[in-house]
Amino acid sequence: MISSLSKTVYMVLTRRIIPCLDLKDGRVVKGTHFLELRDAGDPVELAERYNEQGADEVVFLDITASKEQRGAIIDVIKRAADKLFLPLTVGGGIRTVDDISQILRAGADKVSINTSAVQDPGLISRGAEHFGTQCIVVAMDVRRNYESSPDSTPVLLPDGSTCWYEVVIYGGSKPTRIDAIKWAKEAEDRGAGEILLTSMETDGTKNGFDISITAAISDHVGIPVIASGGVGTFSHFYDGFVNGRADACLAASVFHYGECTVREVKEYLAGRGIPVRL
Amino acid sequence: MIIIIDYGLGNLGSLLNMLKKLNVEAKISSDITDFEEADKLILPGVGSFDQGAYNLKEFKLIDILNKQVIAKKIPILGICLGMQLFTKQSEEGSLGGLGWFDAITIKFRFDSQLNLKIPHMGWGPINIRKNNLLFDNITKESMFYFVHSYHVICNDHTDILSTTNYGYDFVSSISRDNIIGVQFHPEKSHKYGMKLLENFSRI
Repeated sequence: MISSLSKTVYMVLTRRIIPCLDLKDGRVVKGTHFLELRDAGDPVELAERYNEQGADEVVFLDITASKEQRGAIIDVIKRAADKLFLPLTVGGGIRTVDDISQILRAGADKVSINTSAVQDPGLISRGAEHFGTQCIVVAMDVRRNYESSPDSTPVLLPDGSTCWYEVVIYGGSKPTRIDAIKWAKEAEDRGAGEILLTSMETDGTKNGFDISITAAISDHVGIPVIASGGVGTFSHFYDGFVNGRADACLAASVFHYGECTVREVKEYLAGRGIPVRL
Repeated sequence: MIIIIDYGLGNLGSLLNMLKKLNVEAKISSDITDFEEADKLILPGVGSFDQGAYNLKEFKLIDILNKQVIAKKIPILGICLGMQLFTKQSEEGSLGGLGWFDAITIKFRFDSQLNLKIPHMGWGPINIRKNNLLFDNITKESMFYFVHSYHVICNDHTDILSTTNYGYDFVSSISRDNIIGVQFHPEKSHKYGMKLLENFSRI
């Protein structure tokens, strides 16, 4: 029916750049270069700055250990929702549908679940059923495993060797023997709206994303994949989109420490033909 | 006063905050008395079609909506699922919509070679197909935030207000008289979203 309209193809969807803030007790954990901020530890003020730079979404990752302190994140979400007017994802310590509901009601648009999704995959389905697939992001931390495992999916690495990728939980400290590609597929089948993929191989290295697993998972699922872990420079974002076939790239320290701004990254990408919102 | 319709779905706070920032009087409500006094209505919605259709019925809002929107011609803006509920039905469920448009809601279907992800999630432009005050000072460079797996198809092309390309041109907004629906989320679309809501408040 639409075909009779004049065909105007502007572009396929723009690629997203997503800054991530780690929060503890409602404060930004990692250092920030925004010295002119009144309160550099305030996540809302920092998020607003990213907002002005053209961030497409913002992620708050709550690493508060104790359950008693978790009220702080709710307060932060409420304040952020008052001001940001762009999509906000919140992750960390979410274990139940009630937790999800609390975070969404405070004003977040999506929740990111990681360890609790592995331990209770039904949480993905229940969350999607209650709140819609679009607000359930399944975050997964993965690492290479070179041991043979009959049920795993082999992934070809740049040096020509193969391995499989294992899901690790509890902030990357506990291996699960779960095949990352199969887990991503299961998360999709259970109703996840997005996969947030962090490779332990590259996280913190500033050598670029782990392209092998990013591309493998992006090719295996029909939902958007956010690449995370390892960005050090502009071209790493380009690689993530072009070679990793990611739909979005997430980064933390490269933005916090002022190595580049969101706007600079987007201008660079636009210059290399990647559709972005400027 | 704009009434943001609370029918138990989605995050209504950001919509209210944006209207507050625009100094537009607004209130979240499911109270029929408020509907009767409203100058305008907004039907937001994040979630599944059947849940939305079911909740509209459960909250006993269908009669009052028909009265205010169809009989009294009060302007209404449907957002995302809210727009889809203006259609007759959806592939997402079995319950009927409000049926205000000769339109239905279907799932995105792509040639697998296109390798496009569903949901359609992220920022995109709109291709405006007819004049409406809603798009005052909105251009083809203005980007809006989308997140959806289903979209509307109109049997009457004159209802199409804008299209957006994702694999193919789909209907990203509709209008007929006092009824407007947008598939994207103005409340998440930063400055252009704010402009659009400001325009709606002036209609």
